[in-house]
Amino acid sequence: MIALLIRDMRQAVRAGGGFGLALAFFLLVAVLVPLGVGPEGATLARIAPGILWVGALLACLLSLDRLFALDFEDGSLDLLVTAPIPLEAVVAIKAFAHWLVTGLPLTLVAPFLGVLLNLPAPGYVWLVVSLALGTPALSVIGAFGAALTVGLKRGGLLLSLLVLPLYVPTLIFGAEAVKRGAEGLETGTPLALLAAITAGAAALLPFAAAAAIRINLR
Amino acid sequence: MELRVENLSVARGGITVLEGVGFTLRDGRALVLRGPNGVGKTTLLRTVAGLQPAVAGTLSVESDAIAYAAHADGLKATLTVAENLGFWAAIYGTTGVAAALDRMNLTALRDRHAANLSAGQKRRLGLARLLVTGRPIWVLDEPTVSLDLSSAALFGDVLRDHMGKGGSALIATHIDLGLEAEVLELAPFRAKAGAAGIDFDAAFGGDFA
Repeated sequence: MIALLIRDMRQAVRAGGGFGLALAFFLLVAVLVPLGVGPEGATLARIAPGILWVGALLACLLSLDRLFALDFEDGSLDLLVTAPIPLEAVVAIKAFAHWLVTGLPLTLVAPFLGVLLNLPAPGYVWLVVSLALGTPALSVIGAFGAALTVGLKRGGLLLSLLVLPLYVPTLIFGAEAVKRGAEGLETGTPLALLAAITAGAAALLPFAAAAAIRINLR
Repeated sequence: MELRVENLSVARGGITVLEGVGFTLRDGRALVLRGPNGVGKTTLLRTVAGLQPAVAGTLSVESDAIAYAAHADGLKATLTVAENLGFWAAIYGTTGVAAALDRMNLTALRDRHAANLSAGQKRRLGLARLLVTGRPIWVLDEPTVSLDLSSAALFGDVLRDHMGKGGSALIATHIDLGLEAEVLELAPFRAKAGAAGIDFDAAFGGDFA
């Protein structure tokens, strides 16, 4: 299983693997929004939590369609299904690898982009905490969507339509935690709910995704 | 590690293509499947490999006995030859990557990226995966596609070695691999037109008569 993680990470960082793509997209969103909204610090500070979370969510979405589609096209998904590791574990590992190359870097650069958006000082720590708790859910939910659309030609758009509504709770609680943190309010409730979504998704969705893949391979 | 298939029906896209297929594959033997394009060779092999359920019939084999090799080799273009094979060895918990590369005549290419291999070299790497699975029953779908004559002969030798060690192989191929293999012609097992189709014709036949 470690081998699968290493393989996915290697592919991601080598030529054409898409590592950095999500990061660059996130950066562009954070740069473009102040250009569009205008330079008033108060306005930017008010929308910063929401923009950063929406940016992270869309950046995460960018690389999802490759998650199983590439393995499907070159035949390795068939071979992984017949291999001695459970397909549920394959899904979980691939989602984890996706998080390591997208969610984790997004979490780490988010504070720097917070500066561009004039995020109030108390918000930074909650931005990092909420992204660290919430982005794993984005990867796991995305893996489920990718499993549903594996084998479809041009499944990327359908994947976005399937996955974005499922991202709503994560977005609401994630952005809410940052907003409350930035205003110096208590953040325990949204963070607890965010963590609950991540834990629930990570526990249940690999099974659903594996079932979807089995059906799609028939 | 016997593979026994009795009265098996398999379907592709919801349509039954083969009915009543039965054979037994014993240790050290090979069974070659023959039949025209579209008769259901790949569907049968995928069913045997456990990638799709059978419509009817029984399939008895130990679940961890089969190694499946399809049309596609499952190679990652950005990984090197040794990394590609090492991945599958790690998944199957075996060693012997170097020996498998040597056996398939790939040692000189071990550090080359799979993207830069020729079609035949990719195929040899895909087949080398079988050697690192350590599994006794090989289920092979057209294994010699894009191999030249000498590589096909090399793979024939590999298969003979495998059978010599008590392994067995179920192969869909039209090429003579130089094996002592039984041949199963699949055309006679082609599914008769489904009952629904007959009713459909009959329903209209009355009106048009």
